[in-house]
Amino acid sequence: MNASPPAWPDQLFDTLKRGNIRQVGYVPDAGHSRLIARCKADPDIRDIALTTEEEGIALAAGAWLGGERAALLMQSSGVGNCINMLSLMRSCSFPLVTFITMRGEWEEFNPWQVPMGSIVEPVMKLCDAEVYRAMKPEDVPQLAERAVQKAFGEERVVAVLLSQQLIGKKVWVK
Amino acid sequence: MTGTLERRAAMAKLVAGRDDDLLVVPGLGSTTYDLAAAGDNDRNFYLWGAMGGAAMIGLGLALAQPHKRVAVITGDGEMLMGMGALATIGIQQPQNLAVIVFDNGMYGETGGQPSHTADGGIDMVSVARSCRFPTCLEVSDEAGLADLAGRLKTLEALLFARVAIMPDEPPRVLPEKEGAVLKRRFRAALGLTP
Repeated sequence: MNASPPAWPDQLFDTLKRGNIRQVGYVPDAGHSRLIARCKADPDIRDIALTTEEEGIALAAGAWLGGERAALLMQSSGVGNCINMLSLMRSCSFPLVTFITMRGEWEEFNPWQVPMGSIVEPVMKLCDAEVYRAMKPEDVPQLAERAVQKAFGEERVVAVLLSQQLIGKKVWVK
Repeated sequence: MTGTLERRAAMAKLVAGRDDDLLVVPGLGSTTYDLAAAGDNDRNFYLWGAMGGAAMIGLGLALAQPHKRVAVITGDGEMLMGMGALATIGIQQPQNLAVIVFDNGMYGETGGQPSHTADGGIDMVSVARSCRFPTCLEVSDEAGLADLAGRLKTLEALLFARVAIMPDEPPRVLPEKEGAVLKRRFRAALGLTP
């Protein structure tokens, strides 16, 4: 394990700021903990803790109706909670950028993460989202930047998958 | 407790004489028809789907437009599906949002099957109170309705209201269905680039 914290969460935060994202919905997640903390500390970003990820889809639709840009931070298991609400985005061409920390793929200890984690990419594509996958930390800034441009430029849903290899495995027994 | 208020008349009263600062998000189904029947308006964002999402759309809109007033007016079934939103909204405490539930204790769109609020079941007002809505109203008569309509004209704090409507199903009044059109006209009415 590296001693220094990874740079990509801060780079993602910088992308959100450059993209003028004003509302960030999330369900607490270890992989996104650094980014969530940065959002909470920023006076120009409203951080909105959700009870379920689908709330973040509807939140983003409302934000855009009111002229603000929103992002959704979630774990791969949250994607399954969003499917019907994503029909709102497709029916109305609402923009949304979502950053998804992946579970169930790289050195996963918990096999119950595999069923949802393994279908995130096809599910998001079926829901008409554009999907990018970051395999290495250095992929993140460019993909995130492109995702924000595309989501709000074309009014569509763009997902960036942050692979488990990139995030590192969860430590189960300390 | 079955309500006695007629839903169309109740909706008409809530939006009568509305100004341009009132933005309304109805739930899919009957409350969308009720709002359309009360008079079309670019500042209505009708829902034809996204069940369980009305209150959260209202939250995103209220946060983005803090100087406008946002009224989510939805049915009991739609609210039950997204009940977690009440907790999320309670934590956020937007001052300019009202969540109003037209409660007839049934799923009108699918044949009138009872919902969890039917027959002394789940009390949505208590749920909203637990979720820290500072004002929680039980609206069961014309006086209560007039009070609620008056509050919507200023709306100085987060508000929840249950409106006890009778289980009737008036003829449908169908508004625009094309989502992108509804979105664009709504944004244009707010002065945003469509």
